[in-house]
Amino acid sequence: MIRRRILAMAGAAVLALGLGSTAQAQETVKIGLVLPLTGPFSSTGRQIEAAARLYMQQNGDTVAGKKLQLIVKDDTGTADTTRRIAQELIVNDKVTVLAGFGLTPLALATAPLSTQAKTPQVVMAAATSIITEQSPFIVRTSMTSAQTTMPLAEWAAKNGIKRVVTIVSDYGPGIDVEKAFSETFTKAGGQVENLRVPLANPDFAPFLQKAADSKPDALLVFVPSGVGAQFMKQYVERGLDKSGIRFLGEGSVTDDDILNTIGDVAIGAVTSHHYSAAHDSPENKAFVEAFKKANPGMRPNFMAMGGYDGMHVIYEGLKKTNGQGGEALVNAMKGLSWTSPRGPVSIDPETRDIVQNIYIRKVEKVNGELWNVEIATSPAVKDPVKAAKAK
Amino acid sequence: MLTILFDGIAYGMLLFVLACGLSVTLGLMNFVNLAHGAFAMAGGYVTAVLMNRYGVPFLATLPLAFLIPALIGVLLERTLYVRLYNRDHLDQVLFTIGLVFMAVAAVDYTMGSQQQLISLPSWLRGRVEVLGIQIGIYRSFIIAVCGVLVVVLQLILSRTRFGSRLRAAVDDPRVAGGLGINVNLIFGITFAAGSGLAGLGGALGAEILGMDPTFPLKFMIYFLIVVTVGGTTSITGPFLASLLLGIADVAGKYYVPSLGSFVIYTLMIVVLVVRPQGLFVRGR
Repeated sequence: MIRRRILAMAGAAVLALGLGSTAQAQETVKIGLVLPLTGPFSSTGRQIEAAARLYMQQNGDTVAGKKLQLIVKDDTGTADTTRRIAQELIVNDKVTVLAGFGLTPLALATAPLSTQAKTPQVVMAAATSIITEQSPFIVRTSMTSAQTTMPLAEWAAKNGIKRVVTIVSDYGPGIDVEKAFSETFTKAGGQVENLRVPLANPDFAPFLQKAADSKPDALLVFVPSGVGAQFMKQYVERGLDKSGIRFLGEGSVTDDDILNTIGDVAIGAVTSHHYSAAHDSPENKAFVEAFKKANPGMRPNFMAMGGYDGMHVIYEGLKKTNGQGGEALVNAMKGLSWTSPRGPVSIDPETRDIVQNIYIRKVEKVNGELWNVEIATSPAVKDPVKAAKAK
Repeated sequence: MLTILFDGIAYGMLLFVLACGLSVTLGLMNFVNLAHGAFAMAGGYVTAVLMNRYGVPFLATLPLAFLIPALIGVLLERTLYVRLYNRDHLDQVLFTIGLVFMAVAAVDYTMGSQQQLISLPSWLRGRVEVLGIQIGIYRSFIIAVCGVLVVVLQLILSRTRFGSRLRAAVDDPRVAGGLGINVNLIFGITFAAGSGLAGLGGALGAEILGMDPTFPLKFMIYFLIVVTVGGTTSITGPFLASLLLGIADVAGKYYVPSLGSFVIYTLMIVVLVVRPQGLFVRGR
């Protein structure tokens, strides 16, 4: 008797489960989030994942009556792994949107897949200008290096800086920054000298010495974010800060995630970027507070911002299409505009790239912690590389 | 100009401390230990963790940065390396490169992949001007420490009983054993000392070279260049080679930045073409 009842219950449970899952399958929209969660770029992945989860927690996991499911995968920062994972997500999991992509090669490796499968690809981090041109399904919510660098050159030219030595790591993003800065700065009447540092470079001493000897008004620096700390230490050790050579950098050098571990040597550095955790707006205060509460010991950086706004684009796009994916979803994402914690932003309908304010910031100590405090704003900057092509 | 020379010497000294352990194991014990950089990394992380988590002062961490890698060295030598002394070099290379990958992954997993940053005490920071030359205080500190080490090592190897036993054990382990020399013990101690020195080098270099999980792979090439250029039968060979490479690297990057890091490779090729047995070794 008892056994029969248990059987019946089990049967009912199985039936319910079965029904439940078929019902769910019809109404689930899957988002494949591919990130470097291990390896040298894991901090990018951790920031984006934390921000994406925070967005879902704040905005619920139901959009247009459909349940959202986030599938997070680790690609360790290698392009062929990203491609394989993206393919599995498209074919096996049938995701509606691909998102993430920590580095340029990872986004590029996936671009042909998203074109073929007509799956929108939301790039949340990678920053080379050409990415959005590689597939009509790519939408970007991070930035391009040229976009964040040009306003710094304009600012420098306006603030009495006449001669600049650029020191960049010798790889794609570094060369982008060097080019964007040099072009803008010479056009504004300044003089530039370019130095490139090998990517696997153990000691910056000779390059800093060379820069110091040519006595410029400022250095412009772009090195991968972890190495930035080492660079700044040697800049101070060599006494360059005292000899009146100012430190200018692309914003990822004073990344919010590592700024406090760089220490006091960073104080006074002027950088330009699209997001600072110290950005003064009610949206940002709420975001930073919620992010810190959900991830103790972590401060959101620009990567987190790219992930957060990436989720926003996906949510708003799905709302417009009623949960439909494919071309309709990309079209729905084009032209979206909203107030993000980083400030007012929009998706350029022509290029599918983000249009945003770029802030000039100065590192200062506030309440015992280091922050990138904004001192000037260039409103609504488009990616200058693509803007120049369009002309 | 002289500042460049000074920076080059400091960099070379650092390379020497990092690589001299390798020249001992490779030259004296005839064992190819590519995992040498992993011990250097251990030292760097000991210093970084002690300073950042437990607030131990920088100088106090240095002995531990020597001792802990040395202990790890003994442990691995007794359990793993000892089995490979009599195997051919390919086996040794495969085994030790495997150790490197395990070390990289283990550190990445436990400590994270980010750079470990240390902040030096204020008396080691900054720079002073001596006779018109700008000199970084920390770099002079490195030169002083490494200079003392070179002298001590050379004295131990050439003047002490331990040194002569070690050389005997290397030349012919069987005969040395027959004379009552405990060959295993001597090899163990030598290996530990080499690992410890690497650890010390890692700790001293953390500020200048940086410290992250890929450290052993990034610097393996530098260690090997020092050892090949310097030859492996003495301490002075690798020492002079380190200085030469350090100065050439810094000066090359200063005067011809576009060629960047090629200078030391060119130098290595030239040296090996002219003197394939190493710069400071008598030809055999």
